[in-house]
Amino acid sequence: MGKHVVSTVPELPPGERKRVEVEGRKITVFNVRGEYFALNDRCPHEGGPLCTGKISALTVSNDPGTYEWTREDEFIRCPWHGWEFDLRTGHSVCDPKTMRVRLYDVHVEPGGDLVAEKKLVAETYPVRVEDNYVVIEV
Amino acid sequence: MSSAPKDKPIDCDVHPTVPSMTALLPYLEPHWQEQVTDRGILSLDSIAYPPNLEFTARPDLRENGLDFNGLTGQVFDSWGADRAILNCIYGVQMVHNADMGVAFTRALNDWIKTEWLDRDPRLAASIVLPMQDTPACMEELERLQSNRQFVQALVLANGEEPYGKRRFWPIWEKLEQLNIPLGIHAGSSYHNPVTTLGWTNYYIEDYAAQTLGFQAQLANLITEGVFVKYPGLKVVMIESGVTWLPGFIWRLAKFWRGVRREVPWVDRPPGEYIRENVRMTVQPLDAPAEAEALEKTIDQMQSDDFLLYASDYPHWQFDGDAVMPPMIPENLHRKIMIDNPRATYSRLTQTAGAA
Repeated sequence: MGKHVVSTVPELPPGERKRVEVEGRKITVFNVRGEYFALNDRCPHEGGPLCTGKISALTVSNDPGTYEWTREDEFIRCPWHGWEFDLRTGHSVCDPKTMRVRLYDVHVEPGGDLVAEKKLVAETYPVRVEDNYVVIEV
Repeated sequence: MSSAPKDKPIDCDVHPTVPSMTALLPYLEPHWQEQVTDRGILSLDSIAYPPNLEFTARPDLRENGLDFNGLTGQVFDSWGADRAILNCIYGVQMVHNADMGVAFTRALNDWIKTEWLDRDPRLAASIVLPMQDTPACMEELERLQSNRQFVQALVLANGEEPYGKRRFWPIWEKLEQLNIPLGIHAGSSYHNPVTTLGWTNYYIEDYAAQTLGFQAQLANLITEGVFVKYPGLKVVMIESGVTWLPGFIWRLAKFWRGVRREVPWVDRPPGEYIRENVRMTVQPLDAPAEAEALEKTIDQMQSDDFLLYASDYPHWQFDGDAVMPPMIPENLHRKIMIDNPRATYSRLTQTAGAA
């Protein structure tokens, strides 16, 4: 497992997403209201481009005819078949036991720490001590 | 068939034949008696079961008579049933005048009670619901609920509106309270064409297209949330053909996965509601005679609780005494003949042996 720099913090503002390829894996990192999520691009259902899908809430209901809008922007919907996935757990809503998308650890690290840490893998990304970076672990 | 009563089957679909409107006259208020005679309403038969067609009544059964003695002799003596549930299909649902429809339906239920149930404690029956008018359905259930031989409420697969619609919910709530299943039987009020494409020319299409009505009702009951609101409500699909069900569940589940949020109260795959709430009678059973055909269906359903033994007397679904379709595996016979019907119709066990 290694750390990979995805972008600087200002390059990935809230509401934006960035697609990267790390060790042959296509991964998309999302900034949702200042919180970062990293998902495998590929939908585990039929292989659709999950990470180009819409981010939305989970509509639930305890009573027919009522609609509760919950956990806004915590779910992504695959553009191919509409399957919803929980950004926090990777579980699908319709078949959580058997169908989930791979998540990756993502966080912000100061450039100084990254430079000091020799394990960093960031071949194409220049890291400056004075900036903060979005980093995934793959 | 063993002679011990506990081993005798429960026949979940038997049809008494209304000889003509004249038979219902004694059960009608004077106003409606006069309407029947003035208008010359002789019969309410529809294309659904053309009265003189062999399919409507098997020739040998017709020869024995389709009356009380003919029916009970065949169902109890020849086929060895312990109990039998009468589902009377007579075109009261076709009547456009809601007041007349309600009056005819009440008369039909009273005819069933007096001419059949009162004469033989082995008989049970469905309360025919006058779906032209929701409050009248409630009144009919109130009126007849204390008679424990009424074990089910009956509607046709093709009514005026899908049954999941909220205007019908008071009826389903009442049925859940009474622990009386809703029986949905093949047939139509003919207020809508039986196919969504319009009217067809031939009887063969009319009968085959009944499965479309069953599918639409099932999808509607699930998506409108009837089984969420009334989880104890059992629905029995009678004369449905059975084997279309797994494919339909698969299709419904597939689309539910993609558009679940449109009906968020449906928070489990549709098949789970069907397994818990829906039952089907075994005649007719649309499958080749090989046993594997149905084993696959049961396997796909992931359940063997959903099939209920039924002769569909006097419709010509089989020859001789072979009520149980040959493709049903032997090891399920007892469950389908006795255990599943008892689990479905709680009133049957409560009234068993009572006069």
